[in-house]
This record gives sequence, C-alpha cells and structure tokens, in this order.
Amino acid sequence: MKGLSLFLGCLVPNRYPGIEMATKLCLAKLDIDCIDLPGASCCPAPGVFRSFDRTTWMTLASRNIVLSEKMERDVLTICNGCFSTLEDVNRIIKNDEIAKAEVNAHLQKVDKEIKGKIDVRHIIEYLYEEYGPEKIRSSVERQLKLRVAVHYGCHLIKPTRDRGLGGFERPTFFDELVTAIGATSVEYPDKAACCGAGGGVRSALKESSLKMTEAKLSRIKESEVDCIVNSCPFCHMQLDSGQNEIKEMKGTEFDIPVLHYTQLLGLALGFPPEMLGIDTDIEKNNKLMELLDSQTQNEK
Amino acid sequence: MEEKDADGNRLLENLRDASAGAFKCIQCGICSSSCPSGRHTNLNIRKLVKIAGRTTEILSNEELWMCTTCYNCQERCPRNIDIVDVLLKIRAISVHKGIILPEHREVCQMLIEKGHAVPINDANKEKRIEIGLEELPETVHKYEEGLEEVKKLINSCGFEELIQKKEGTDARGAKT
Repeated sequence: MKGLSLFLGCLVPNRYPGIEMATKLCLAKLDIDCIDLPGASCCPAPGVFRSFDRTTWMTLASRNIVLSEKMERDVLTICNGCFSTLEDVNRIIKNDEIAKAEVNAHLQKVDKEIKGKIDVRHIIEYLYEEYGPEKIRSSVERQLKLRVAVHYGCHLIKPTRDRGLGGFERPTFFDELVTAIGATSVEYPDKAACCGAGGGVRSALKESSLKMTEAKLSRIKESEVDCIVNSCPFCHMQLDSGQNEIKEMKGTEFDIPVLHYTQLLGLALGFPPEMLGIDTDIEKNNKLMELLDSQTQNEK
Repeated sequence: MEEKDADGNRLLENLRDASAGAFKCIQCGICSSSCPSGRHTNLNIRKLVKIAGRTTEILSNEELWMCTTCYNCQERCPRNIDIVDVLLKIRAISVHKGIILPEHREVCQMLIEKGHAVPINDANKEKRIEIGLEELPETVHKYEEGLEEVKKLINSCGFEELIQKKEGTDARGAKT
C-alpha cells in the first residue's frame, strides 16, 4: 500500500485550521504515513466548478492529483467535496482515454502529465478500510461516552455506483469509527439528509440552504445528542455557522456542538481541545468539554 | 430556426444529448419525495426531469441551482436515470450560454485570482498561528509558482472568458 499525501482543499486550512491540526495530530499518533502536498489548489469544488465547465474542473483536479503522483503517494482528503472532485476525476482519467488526452493537452502547458497511477482516499473510509475500528479502539486514551449524531454528508458515499462503499440508506462504517472511541451513535430521522450547503446552494441561495439545515438540526435536536460529528468541513460550516445564521434569521437556537471526526478522534487520543481547534470560548463547546472532564473525574 | 448559443451550438440538440436518460422517466415522483431541497424551495426535480431535453426554457430556470447535488433522487430512481448528472450537464449548458448567478461569478473569480474558492483571510492566518500551524497552508497560498500554474491552466481552458459571458439576465431573471 502506498503512503499518503494530505490534500487540504480550501475550507480546512482557510476557515477551520483546527481540523488541519487535528488531522495531522491523529495521523501522526496512529503512525499513518502521510505528508504534506505542497502547491495544491482548490480541488476545484464540485458544486460550482463541475456545474460550470467540465474541462476546467477536470484539469485543475488533475494538476492536484499529479502533485501526489510525483510523490508516488495516494491522495488523502478530509472533505467530502474534495473527495467527490478528486475521486471522480481520478476515475474518469483511469477509464476514459479521450478525457485523459484532453486534460493532458492542457497540463502539458505547465510541464505536467497525469498518468492515473494513484488512488484518492477519504479519511473516514481510509481509517475504516485500512486501519480499522479495532485498532482505533486500542489506541484510545480517553473514552468519550458521548451521544453522537453522525452526519455522513452526501459525497462520501454517493453516487454509490462510483464510490463503492456500500448502500447509502443505512451505512454503518462511520458509526463504527465513532463507537470505537467509546461514544454512542444515535439514530435520528433524516440521518441521510443533506446539510443544505452543496451544489452551490449555500453560496447563491443561502436562505434556502439554511432551511434544509434547520430541518436537519431540528431532527438532531429531538434526538438529544451531545454533539454532531461530520466528515466534511463544508457540512461542518453549514451545521455549525448555520446555527448562528438561523438564530439571526429566525431566533431559533439549537446549541449543538459540531466536530469533524478528526477532532473527536483527537480528543479520544488524548489531545487537549485547544490543540484541535475546538473553541472553548463558545459556550456549547465549553459545556461539552466540561461533560467530558466530569466523565474523566468519575473514572478516577 | 433553432436557437443557438454565442458559440453557435444548437441548444436543444445539446440539451437532448445531455438529457438522453431522462426520457425513460415514468413520472413516479420518487425523486421529488426524496429531495431535501424540494421540501423547502421551489425545486421540483420531477418536473425538471420531465422537461429536460424538451425545451430551452429550462436553461434560465432558477430551480436548476436549488439542487444541492445530494444524489438521493438518482440513488432511488426506479428507472435508473442519472438525474443529478443530467442536471449538472444542463447547468453547464446554461453557464456556457452566459446564465450565471452573481454569487457564483464571485466564487469563480476567487479561484481565478487566488487558486482557492475560499481563500485565507487575516483572522484565519492568526487562528493558524495560535494553534501552532504556519501562517500560510502548504497550498498555492504559499507556493507562488503553483498559483502561476493554476492561472495558466485556467487560461488554457478559457474559464475566465466563460464566466465573464453575460447573456443579459441571470437565472433569477435579473439584468446582468
């Protein structure tokens, strides 16, 4: 199996650097061979750019993949959008000689060529398939006895025809990674529903996107969870900042902490919240940390 | 005479090619009942599938942009129509005709200038340093030559010209 290069994308390094730090800390602690991918750009985002022009979308994605091909490493993504773009384009390049030639005609202008020799991975499916919940269970230093609403998001598993990670109606692999750290994955209605951000909807039609978010958050709230855990910084933004935006728009308060899986895993591996970018100045996050601290106290 | 776009493409023919699978539709409505957007917006994906490939009017329909591309409709379609893939192709035809929402133009402009749809800002530079990361990430933000490559490729693909195209109205019917 090849080593990995970490594809950052836009939202993680530029809006949620805590997720970048959490990812690096977790991978190092789990002894997974993953290094930086210098000079990568936006994936580019599937919602807007794939909708606009397939050639531009494929070409810029291919440049990112080439950077990792040169290092002979598979690409590791920590965002469902980046995974969607890079996994889709990588598969197209591997299976469609005409598309590959078209892309390479552009890449030639920057002295690059895509070969289609590596794979694109998402940290959730990678941890599940290559590392495994059992090994995670044995690496945990701090049991997190939390009630968690797992949000898979859309593009980690769909289209299922292309992703090959099983059906989308009742997937379990992400839940298994959550239960591996001592938490309970709580079933809730509309678990498979979209956060509302994708497809360029958040950027152009924010109010509509937030209506979907509000519906999702309402179902989660009814299920009385301690936090939401996601696999994508765009879902993360929509479910987290979305709570503030909904409060401003309609006055509805949800107060549900939102963590990327790498942040939850980071806590379980013993890292303090501030290293993982979990802002404890925010009251709901502070409460969550107090809950965890009281659990640790009780165990002593 | 058949309507053509600025590049002389036959719009209806392109739409028909893009929507080929949609003709299998039996209008059962499973797509609409699976659509998280349709519960809250005007998006009626069943109707869009019905008119896909049959009229150029679909190109200026704002509903095209209300889809979050969650793929629920496509996954559940009993006729195996690749609904989201069809919708994305129709979006692209619309964009190539110059119908682009202003917010999407801005996102594209970010990519063209910075190589990131969401570029770094001062607050997040500070946040990065606070948690022990470098001020700039290992992306084109830090590597100027990488950004130059991205710009060359964008130019090679004609992307900037594409997003500057203006038909006169956007998908909301507003003047551009």
